[in-house]
Amino acid sequence: MFKTTALAYTYDGSFEGLLCCVFESYEWKETPLAIHSLEEGQGLLLESKWIETDSVKADRVLRSIPLKISPEAEELVRLGFWSNAMDKEMLLLNFLYLGFTHGRRVMNMLADDTVSALNKAVQQLRREGHHYLGFVRFSVYGPVMAAVIEPRGYILPVIEDHFCDRFQNESFMIYDKTHGMALLHQPGRQAIIPLQEWIPPEPDEAEAAYRRLWQGFYNAIGIKERKNDRLRASLMPKRYWKQLPEMNGNAPALPALPARQEQTARRLKSGRPRKLQ
Amino acid sequence: MMEKLEILTASAKYDVACTSSGASRSGQPGSLGNAVSMGICHSFAADGRCISLLKVLMTNGCIYDCAYCVNRKSNPTRRAAFTPEEIANLTMQFYRRNYIEGLFLSSGIMRSPDYTTEQLIAALELLRNVYNFRGYIHVKAIPGADDVLLSRLGLLADRMSVNIELPSQESLNRLAPDKSKQSILKPMGLIKNKITENSSDLVKYKHTPRFAPAGQSTQMIIGATPDTDYQILNLTEGLYKKYGLKRIFYSAYTPVVEDSLLPALDTKPPLLREHRLYQADWLLRFYGFEAKELLDEAAPNFNPLLDPKCSWAINHREQFPVEINRAPYETLLRVPGIGVRSAQRILKARRAGSLDFYALKKLGVVLKRAQFFITCKGKPLEGLKVGEHTLLRSLMSGQELAKFQQPEVEQLSFFDDSYMAALPEAGRAATFGKGV
Ligand code: SF4
Repeated sequence: MFKTTALAYTYDGSFEGLLCCVFESYEWKETPLAIHSLEEGQGLLLESKWIETDSVKADRVLRSIPLKISPEAEELVRLGFWSNAMDKEMLLLNFLYLGFTHGRRVMNMLADDTVSALNKAVQQLRREGHHYLGFVRFSVYGPVMAAVIEPRGYILPVIEDHFCDRFQNESFMIYDKTHGMALLHQPGRQAIIPLQEWIPPEPDEAEAAYRRLWQGFYNAIGIKERKNDRLRASLMPKRYWKQLPEMNGNAPALPALPARQEQTARRLKSGRPRKLQ
Repeated sequence: MMEKLEILTASAKYDVACTSSGASRSGQPGSLGNAVSMGICHSFAADGRCISLLKVLMTNGCIYDCAYCVNRKSNPTRRAAFTPEEIANLTMQFYRRNYIEGLFLSSGIMRSPDYTTEQLIAALELLRNVYNFRGYIHVKAIPGADDVLLSRLGLLADRMSVNIELPSQESLNRLAPDKSKQSILKPMGLIKNKITENSSDLVKYKHTPRFAPAGQSTQMIIGATPDTDYQILNLTEGLYKKYGLKRIFYSAYTPVVEDSLLPALDTKPPLLREHRLYQADWLLRFYGFEAKELLDEAAPNFNPLLDPKCSWAINHREQFPVEINRAPYETLLRVPGIGVRSAQRILKARRAGSLDFYALKKLGVVLKRAQFFITCKGKPLEGLKVGEHTLLRSLMSGQELAKFQQPEVEQLSFFDDSYMAALPEAGRAATFGKGV
């Protein structure tokens, strides 16, 4: 294995950037003690080395994953990067070390600490993604719909296809407040774009009426003899409640897309890894 | 509208079929919605039950008088009815906002079973043919309705169900005099035949419309009658085999009307019993168990303190311990603490090298339970001590019990004599493994 250096890598926080950290580590046969994204700042004690994002290097690393390990490993790495695991960068670096050593066998090494930790992180991301298939709440205003979510992991790409398929004819936006990103969809096009801030406008009357009906339904469906707050909270954790009208959240309404965002929305969906700001 | 919705939701709430699973249909330009086979919970009610469908009755007026039902003719309650148009509109509006995965539509019986079915058809036709709704629809088949009408209804829905309600003919006679086993089983048989017929048609002609593609389900009320868990589980097994049901739901009886034939109004719904039945049902469907392995005439009810799989394992100690690195999948599945996912992970991870206890933990095996029933590379867990009661104590899930805690269970001490007696020779379970 490589020598461990008393160094931290710092990168721009993008997926490509991380792949360049991997490249760097292989090039210098060194293992950093930590990898920090620009955003979270650097560790206090370590000297840090800035890793420039270079799409050629990133591409080389990315292409080697399905070749030298397996296509499933590529997906695992991508999803792992979107998870909010502690030290996910080091986790991914260690996973790739293992993968490049053991090849496709690494996917079966479920009892290995690194593989197991990565699988857990990805499982958690998928679980959160699955939760949001249900917990996204759109507000409708005229021809457009919008929803706000505050996920822990970066799940927009995980839920993208589901919602675009379900609402093929609708224009909608799902705004991820945590990561400052938004999924935009218009019939025939979709894109995930950076969006730093968006405040949902007040609901119009029809929207408010349907929210009330939904609340009425929600309250009527519970059976009081079976009331079980603990069970509910374990199935629907409180961190989701804020955006759920039935839990008295304030869901957003009118998604007045500024002209500039609308333009960006026209960028067609691309298969390349998106930069996560 | 709000009042109607509240009334017709409240009268539908005891129906448990909440899942939207089993149908898979992608979206389509020009229409709204898709169906996802794994099912999606959109919210959870205050009782912790999943909400994925707009679950309402078309009307809560009913010409029948089933003793256990809020909507029975003789119960003085507020009545209301939706028009097909209202149902369709509400479904569309809720669906767009992603409140729901689709519609669960049932109804009291108004005028006649046929008339009621026609109303249901009208609502579903609006949704499917006028609004082009491609989301999930579960509809109740009304016992006694004409076959032709039921067939039309089934072509509009993803799932159809007829509720068994009570586990035996005898209970049915007592509590639902207007219904008979026959009137319930007949539509069930019809639906099954339609589904089979339809699937062979689908092979022949590509564009055959699908009949209830997510299959049929049913529901049973638990605890309104003296039927035992053994009777219920046998019926369950029979229904899965004979009628090809996709799911059977159990509903702990909540007293809603005063009736001399029923448990008193202040009786708590037997939630733990309901939970045990779901666990056992799971064992039948995914773990290859048979009803007669889990219960018998001599011990016809589940032990509240142990889940059915642990109970079974304790009574079949001769089949343990199981060697983790060699046991086939089916055998692994029978070990308490190993579920479908961890069993699959074990198979996969075994290919990369042999496993020890530490590895199992990482694969998601609940060692607390599994440790007594397994060896790794021929050896039991080091230092494992199986004293008089340690085995039982470890197998009981305090958390699980707490979730369903109710006075009747609370009153039991954990090692209440009567329940200890129900666990034959529990002390001897300690004879395998190294500990003792
Ligand atoms: S037929 Fe159905 S709605 Fe009518 S009383 Fe019986 S259970 Fe209730």
